[in-house]
Amino acid sequence: MADDLRTRAKEALADPGLHEALARATDRFVEIRRAGDDVANLDALKRAARWQRHRVMERLPEVLERFADAVGEAGGVVHWAADAAEANDIVRDLATRHAVRTVVKSKSMLTEEIGLNEALEAAGIDVVETDLGEWIVQLAGDRPSHILGPAIHYTRERVAELFSARAGEELPPDPEVLCAYARASLRERFLEADMGISGCNFGVAETGTVVLVTNEGNGRMVTSVPPVHVVVMGMERIVETWDQLDLMMTLLPRSATGQQLSVYTTQVTGPRRDGEIDGPDELHVVIVDNGRSDVLGTGSHEMLHCIRCSACLNVCPVYRQIGGHAYGSVYSGPMGAVLTPLLDPSPATTELANASSLCSACHEVCPVGIPLQDLLLLRRADNAAGGAPAAFRAWAKVWSRPAGYRASIAAIQAGARHVPETFVPSAWVEGRIVPRPRGRGSLRERLARGEI
Amino acid sequence: MDGGAATPLILFPTCVMEAMAPAIGDAVVRTLRDRGFEPSIPPDATCCGQPAWNAGHPHEAATVARTTLTALADAPPGPICVPAGSCATMMRVYWPELFRRVGDERAEAAAVDLADRIVEFTRLVAAADGDDEDGRAPREGAVAYHHSCHMLRELHIRDEPLALLDDAGYTVAEWADDERCCGFGGLFSVKEPEISVAMADEKIDGLPIGEIEALVGSDLSCLLQLEGRMRRRGIELPVRHIAELLDPSGPADGR
Repeated sequence: MADDLRTRAKEALADPGLHEALARATDRFVEIRRAGDDVANLDALKRAARWQRHRVMERLPEVLERFADAVGEAGGVVHWAADAAEANDIVRDLATRHAVRTVVKSKSMLTEEIGLNEALEAAGIDVVETDLGEWIVQLAGDRPSHILGPAIHYTRERVAELFSARAGEELPPDPEVLCAYARASLRERFLEADMGISGCNFGVAETGTVVLVTNEGNGRMVTSVPPVHVVVMGMERIVETWDQLDLMMTLLPRSATGQQLSVYTTQVTGPRRDGEIDGPDELHVVIVDNGRSDVLGTGSHEMLHCIRCSACLNVCPVYRQIGGHAYGSVYSGPMGAVLTPLLDPSPATTELANASSLCSACHEVCPVGIPLQDLLLLRRADNAAGGAPAAFRAWAKVWSRPAGYRASIAAIQAGARHVPETFVPSAWVEGRIVPRPRGRGSLRERLARGEI
Repeated sequence: MDGGAATPLILFPTCVMEAMAPAIGDAVVRTLRDRGFEPSIPPDATCCGQPAWNAGHPHEAATVARTTLTALADAPPGPICVPAGSCATMMRVYWPELFRRVGDERAEAAAVDLADRIVEFTRLVAAADGDDEDGRAPREGAVAYHHSCHMLRELHIRDEPLALLDDAGYTVAEWADDERCCGFGGLFSVKEPEISVAMADEKIDGLPIGEIEALVGSDLSCLLQLEGRMRRRGIELPVRHIAELLDPSGPADGR
């Protein structure tokens, strides 16, 4: 990861088009999400969802075993991957075994997390992203900046430039024309692909079904046209029963795009059976841990409840300013600031806990009630587990004594009155002028003396 | 309130108000008296500990908060008025968790007992709305109101300050960004100053500057952030704590 959060944030803030693209797109997401508030008892549903996610995570090994058994019974093959390298090896070996030259993919943030495209490309395999946003960032040699809208940071003009260069002819910045071009181009790739790779919105343990929620139809092509379908699934993306899925499906599209139901809800149970026309000959499900089981049973376990709706990104005032790339990871916004360092603790990721003003807008919209601001606080506390800086220790010592507190208040007031630019950190006063104190003296003493 | 003795009330003034705006403390006291309360400040109360808690230092936060908790628990019973949404949130919502985190069961129990007594200023004043302002000339003018995050999303106080401003005769102007974070966030504004300033700027850019006489809020720290940024940009719009607009003596500068 290049540089630090502050450097990346500064770069993002200096990009003149970025903020406009982000503000426009996230405002639109928030606006359409409100249409999803049509459910009468939304708060009760959210509480139920939180509880259900909790119940599944409590028994995750058992639920996953049940899922794996059911996938096997339906004719699929389950693979367990402890980390990114194992997951990539499994998929690459499958591709090699089937002499795969071209892979078509539907959008999967997990495959971004583990770097699957790079691993396959290193093996000489042509990987084609078929989600429109993913295809845009792939063509541009870029990275997704939003878990739902990977190309949220692109304006239609930039997309037109990109597509024109590929098409060898001038395409207008008209969404209909651009989509038609993408559709025609991608259709060829679907037909020539030897393998389809998808993510997984939910696995349903009782039947071994993989459920995919999409809007463009590409997911259905990926899962049904190529002879081999590989599902790459995070181990927490699971529900036990169809009743639980019902609740999640009530909340996910509404929270993500304000739809009562996404355009496509694809349910894959095993490969093509005898007599069926569509579907792959083989279905493989790779269940990926990659740091997730380390989070189970910790104070941050609720982060595993996340269903990747992206509502928290769209309302986050920090994401709105800096966009996804500044987080330096696949996952951005509040969920990314919590999840990334949990999955991959390193100095480069732990500072993401600071990428929040703790405004709680994320918690307010989270469909499964993850207390993201509390989890961010927990990250900060974990980061400081080695001990607070001397300034905080001194502060605690002085402000735990009433006399020390009163003396400090007098000193701060005097400092702010006489040397306002020097008594606060320089980073603060670069952007702001310290307002001079309003009034003077000790409020509590004046009140006690009857002077107010 | 006409007739009847004033109701004694504990006031927790907050460190930011005592250090940066004691004159606004006067406005808080006068407003509370106007609504029938007689506030007093427990002499041993210091700070709620929020700066350290938000920075990830629960032990330091608890060390300071314990002093204030003890002072408040020892004070006479009844509501404890906090004229800042974020301090009120710290005390009402986070104190039990803070003391649990540091393993102080006694303080945790005391914090749980105390939580229901912590009342944010506008909620207290709105509930106690007196009847003696009838004879007073109504205030006039349009203001913009900043909904601070903790107050809005942790204490769920949205309508009370607006109703108080309306009752006092002010018009609250439309401001599209009124519920979005100002970018202060305590240490966030120091650690990520560029993001913090960009957040303030978007709010400020959305203000209907020509149509309003002041920017009003219920959290001094948000107001210091927004005022500090506006002054740096050369924008002279007055910034007021809501108590100043409710103060029967009227807003005074006192700088």
